[in-house]
Amino acid sequence: MKNNELITLSDDFLTVGDTTTSNEKIMESQDCCVFYDEAQALRNINLEVGKKEVLSLIGPSGCGKSTFIRCLNRLNDTIDSAKVTGKITLEGQDIYNSDMDVVLLRARVGMVFQKPNPFPKSVYENVAYGPRIHGMCESKADMDEIVETSLLRAGLWDEVKDRLNTSGTALSGGQQQRLCIARAIAVRPDVILMDEPCSALDPIATDRIEDLISELKENYAIVIVTHSMSQASRVSQRAAYFHLGHLVETDSTEKIFGDPDHELTQNYIKGRIG
Amino acid sequence: MSNSSSNSSSITEIVNKGLKKRYRSEFMFRLYGITSILFAAVFLIVFFSSIIDKGYSAFTQGELNISIYLDPEIIDPDNTRDEEEIRYANYDKLVFDSLKNFFPSVSSRKERKELKALVSNGTSLRIQSLVLDDMSLIGKTLDLSVKLDSDIDMFLKGNVDITLDESQRRISDNQVKWTNELKTKGLISQKFNSTLFSAGDSREPEQAGVLGALIGSFFMLLITFIVAFPLGVAAAIYLEEFAPKNKFTDFVEVNINNLAAVPSIIYGLLGLAVFINFFGMPRSAPLVGGLVLALMTFPVIIIASRAALQSVPPSITDAALGVGASKIQTVFDHVFPLALPGMLTGSIIGMARALGESAPLLMIGMVAFVVDIPSTPLDASAALPVQVYLWADAPERGFVERTSAAILVLLFFLLVMNSTAIWLRNKFEIKW
Repeated sequence: MKNNELITLSDDFLTVGDTTTSNEKIMESQDCCVFYDEAQALRNINLEVGKKEVLSLIGPSGCGKSTFIRCLNRLNDTIDSAKVTGKITLEGQDIYNSDMDVVLLRARVGMVFQKPNPFPKSVYENVAYGPRIHGMCESKADMDEIVETSLLRAGLWDEVKDRLNTSGTALSGGQQQRLCIARAIAVRPDVILMDEPCSALDPIATDRIEDLISELKENYAIVIVTHSMSQASRVSQRAAYFHLGHLVETDSTEKIFGDPDHELTQNYIKGRIG
Repeated sequence: MSNSSSNSSSITEIVNKGLKKRYRSEFMFRLYGITSILFAAVFLIVFFSSIIDKGYSAFTQGELNISIYLDPEIIDPDNTRDEEEIRYANYDKLVFDSLKNFFPSVSSRKERKELKALVSNGTSLRIQSLVLDDMSLIGKTLDLSVKLDSDIDMFLKGNVDITLDESQRRISDNQVKWTNELKTKGLISQKFNSTLFSAGDSREPEQAGVLGALIGSFFMLLITFIVAFPLGVAAAIYLEEFAPKNKFTDFVEVNINNLAAVPSIIYGLLGLAVFINFFGMPRSAPLVGGLVLALMTFPVIIIASRAALQSVPPSITDAALGVGASKIQTVFDHVFPLALPGMLTGSIIGMARALGESAPLLMIGMVAFVVDIPSTPLDASAALPVQVYLWADAPERGFVERTSAAILVLLFFLLVMNSTAIWLRNKFEIKW
């Protein structure tokens, strides 16, 4: 058997497939590189995110998917050694430009993490925190409404409406993750980033989250990192395959999972890598 | 594979051969652990039983039931009810006269002196203040329970060897005889020694108490907490969450760790030079003591608070930043509340150490003999550990048991503080 791990990709590697979206684009990455001290984690990523679509990022562990997704809301800023070059735009505005306020950026680009991480506060507070710090509502009634709509959209309202004051950490894992989704959509972002949102959940909870993602794409652009290829093929319209810091191939999900152009992508989806 | 069966049997043998040794090393390790815990427990028990054994008797004090006739001829011969005159009346004589009622045969100068010394020399002051409070008492007979002199009390508690020659002990043969007589008459009883908790220091053991030292220590700890906790927590939050990680902050961190290890007496010298000599603050004052202890506790609080901040899971920070919280909102809305129990615990343990500290206080004059109970942190005052030191140094036998009693009071407060730390940790700890 040929060992595909040994295939090295040169720096002038060109991504195959179509990196542009068929929808109207909302975010775009141009020649994005990320360095952790001297080590380069991402090499010249060019990728578009379209409105009302789910873009899945797939690839073996350590290929840079999470690094890339954390560039999109500048969460890599919290890592002192991380350095980002290139250009990432949100509706044409460079998010790494000094004009872009990082607080505003993160309000517009929400995030759901791998491990459900509700604040150790009440369910209500978890959802209300974002709108409150951004000053999104004048009255308690407005806030109640935001909390209710967010929880409804996250498919959690019926389960928690009678215990809004219990701690968010007392919910089950799947409920916690949906609470985190509710928390993210409460600030009405344009884009939601999801970093392996189902990897800590059981299959039933995973199903619910996947259904939820399909519903949410009617209103938001969603970028999801996943290790489950079946999940990627179920929820996303476009898929991007990452390998050792390179974006190898981007195309519609059917194309990537049906007849990918690149040999590495082929090997990966057939289960020979990763 | 052909040799897999022989391989597996040999693995069983190899494992079996080593098993005994592995279990033995585990057994030995447990044995070491249990031995060291027992060792510590034995020392703790010896330590506590020795202090309690020496100190418990200080919580009672021998008292004598006595009737004192408040003779108008002595207190106010001219019947003027003039406060000045009454204040300077010869109350010693009143006490002596009523003692003499028990032993009318006492006549010589030596015997009179010995008889007078049966009761505490604070008795006449007590009668004076009773009379000044209520002048209608003059001419009446007061039934009082008065403190015995500490030497007599020590004799009653069995701490005086009366087989020694009279010149070798602080209590004379006559006093032994009289005390035994009074005791058989049932006039002497051991009562709860409330003076220990209501008086300041005194040269006379039976009139000495720890209240002054207790309040001094309380003021000091209050100032230590008010100064060191906010500063320490602020420094920790800044260093942990905001400061850039570079050579300079590394240098600061190393220095904070070093400061935590500086001998406490150095802080005393610093306090003497800076607070007293430069800023001209009063000597022996809890204010200065508190500031010195704050300097001493400051690095401990920073270290404990940083550890508490580091233990907050980064997922919480990510979550807050992810919804668009600014750095300061993230820290104060989420990280700080989660770290607070750890910060409080660390700080209280640092403060408990400060409570037991005596060396720096010697440097700033808190070793002075202070009788008054301080009412503000600017008044001269003693502190509990220094009180222990002063009493341990005192020659009177009565101070031996009081030293142990003061240690018990100090230990009690340390216990209260440490329990509070545990209680706070359990109360505010947020589990997820």
